[in-house]
Amino acid sequence: MNSMNFSPLLAEGSSDAVENLLHWLCGLVGIPVQVGVPLILILATLGTILGACSYAIWLERKLSAWIQDRKGPNRVGWAGLLQPIADGAKFLLKEDIIPAHVDKVLFVIAPTISVFTTMLALAVVPLGPTTLGEGFNFIIAPKIDIGIVFLFSVTSLAVYGIILGGWSSNNKYSALGGLRSSAQVVSYEIPLGMSVIGIALMAGSLNLETVIDAQAQGGLFGWNIWYQPLAAGIFFLAALAESNRLPFDLPECEQELIGGYHTEYSALKFGMFFLGEYTHVFTVSFLCSVLFLGGWHFPFIAEPASVGLLATVLKIGVLLSKVFCVIVLIILLRWCLPRFRFDQLMGLCWKTLIPLSLANMVCVMIVREFELSWFWLPVSSLLLFCTAGYLGFRPAAPRARPVTHAEQLIASHH
Amino acid sequence: MPIQEKDVVWIEEPELSFWEQTFLPAVAGGLKVAMKHTIDQHSVTQQFPEEKPDLPLNYRGVHRLNRDEQGRVRCVACMMCATACPAHCISIVAEDASKDWPDRDKRPQSFVLDELRCIFCGMCEEACPCDAIELTSIYDLTGQSRAQMTFDKDKLLSIYDQTKDNPRDPIRTHRGRLGCASELEQQPLSASASKPPDAPRAKKS
Repeated sequence: MNSMNFSPLLAEGSSDAVENLLHWLCGLVGIPVQVGVPLILILATLGTILGACSYAIWLERKLSAWIQDRKGPNRVGWAGLLQPIADGAKFLLKEDIIPAHVDKVLFVIAPTISVFTTMLALAVVPLGPTTLGEGFNFIIAPKIDIGIVFLFSVTSLAVYGIILGGWSSNNKYSALGGLRSSAQVVSYEIPLGMSVIGIALMAGSLNLETVIDAQAQGGLFGWNIWYQPLAAGIFFLAALAESNRLPFDLPECEQELIGGYHTEYSALKFGMFFLGEYTHVFTVSFLCSVLFLGGWHFPFIAEPASVGLLATVLKIGVLLSKVFCVIVLIILLRWCLPRFRFDQLMGLCWKTLIPLSLANMVCVMIVREFELSWFWLPVSSLLLFCTAGYLGFRPAAPRARPVTHAEQLIASHH
Repeated sequence: MPIQEKDVVWIEEPELSFWEQTFLPAVAGGLKVAMKHTIDQHSVTQQFPEEKPDLPLNYRGVHRLNRDEQGRVRCVACMMCATACPAHCISIVAEDASKDWPDRDKRPQSFVLDELRCIFCGMCEEACPCDAIELTSIYDLTGQSRAQMTFDKDKLLSIYDQTKDNPRDPIRTHRGRLGCASELEQQPLSASASKPPDAPRAKKS
């Protein structure tokens, strides 16, 4: 290995150290840069996401154990850190049963769809610092102007994995899980998309790099969560429902549907559904960080003006820390909230989230159209939230029975 | 007696305030509790092979057959335990003991207890008139075959030898002699069966 080729990497003030490294790697293998750089990024992303998914499962088990005053996995490796590897080996080595009564083609395809679509969504998600100019973008497919649209269209395809898995299993529990999932995902697509339209209006683009850049230019108070707290809340809830996480995991609720859509699945095919779900959680966390929490931006640590290798590392660190925090929040929510009933789930979406996100979108449109101060955005969010609360507030029904003697006694005590 | 109207207290669910109806305080409260438990790292888990559990003193584990002060099996083969056993896991073959052991008529020629069928209810211990069969605090019983888990008289006696010095498994009789069933000469030869107490039954109203 020629160390001379590394010199651009160490050059002081170089903003493209990583790009130079990738170009050098492509030259080493002998493939054109246009093919090689995305290929390396894809491999790195897939490897990282797969590893991170297995350790997200470890984190989830540890956190749930701590919340419930247990210890969690602690036998395989120090603090159970090798547990994900053991689990993966278990999934690989277990008997892979394809029951006789299933539709074999769809049964095999379904888990691959689940993993494939969630992985595909990562193509347009910024995984590190991005620039609008000439610099290198940590994103597999940079400068896609319909990034957000692509993302939502692809992630909503993940439901096909669940529906096909449930349908092809030829089992009533699986079918019910698939049906629930289709209803749930189709409903929650709407508030999910609506809440992001406001962000796109504010940034003036559907490109995720532009969205980050617009926030980073505004400093800490440029983050979208200050202007669109309601949209952030709706997005987070709808994204939880999209990724079938508790409190919205009705497609696989164990008490009613055994395993839901994956009742008939075992071994690696079950593991792929599992992997798809956790990849979805990662995508959601990246999106929350990118759309609402300023992406890689953090005041004084990672500013748009800072360049160089250290700045690149810091920006990646900031973005990943934000993603980590969102994942921890999702896990904590899972272990302290009970599951919604199905009519409550649908009611929350159609009666609350969709009208709220529509009204919020109209507010953003008004602010943009009449060029009002952005100060009105959080105010309108608060007003909308309170209005929804007021409309939903129902005083208890009048009592139908007479006040008894005992109650008079109790009342006289107070 | 029917419940009087004045004794009935009607309780209704508390009315939710505006703020409570948004569910946010409940979610925040839940997250706060979860965070508190996450941070304080208190654990109730007992790490089993390294840490042994504290069992209650009346824990019912593997059986043993007690020996008397001369080292002989205490059992007089009266079949009370086999009769009481709801799982039918005890099978005893009795033999005449009056020639060798003048203090009793019978002793078990074989005493076989199937630990796999046993449900560890303790009825045999309750039924035994001479404190011969007792349940110990041994809870981690394993075996590699069904035959291994079928305990005969020698095995049950060896469990007695193994556990008798454990303060957790005291020999529950300290009279140093067999139970009342063996003390025939002190018992009246015959007596009328005692009646159950004549308790008035609750009449159906």
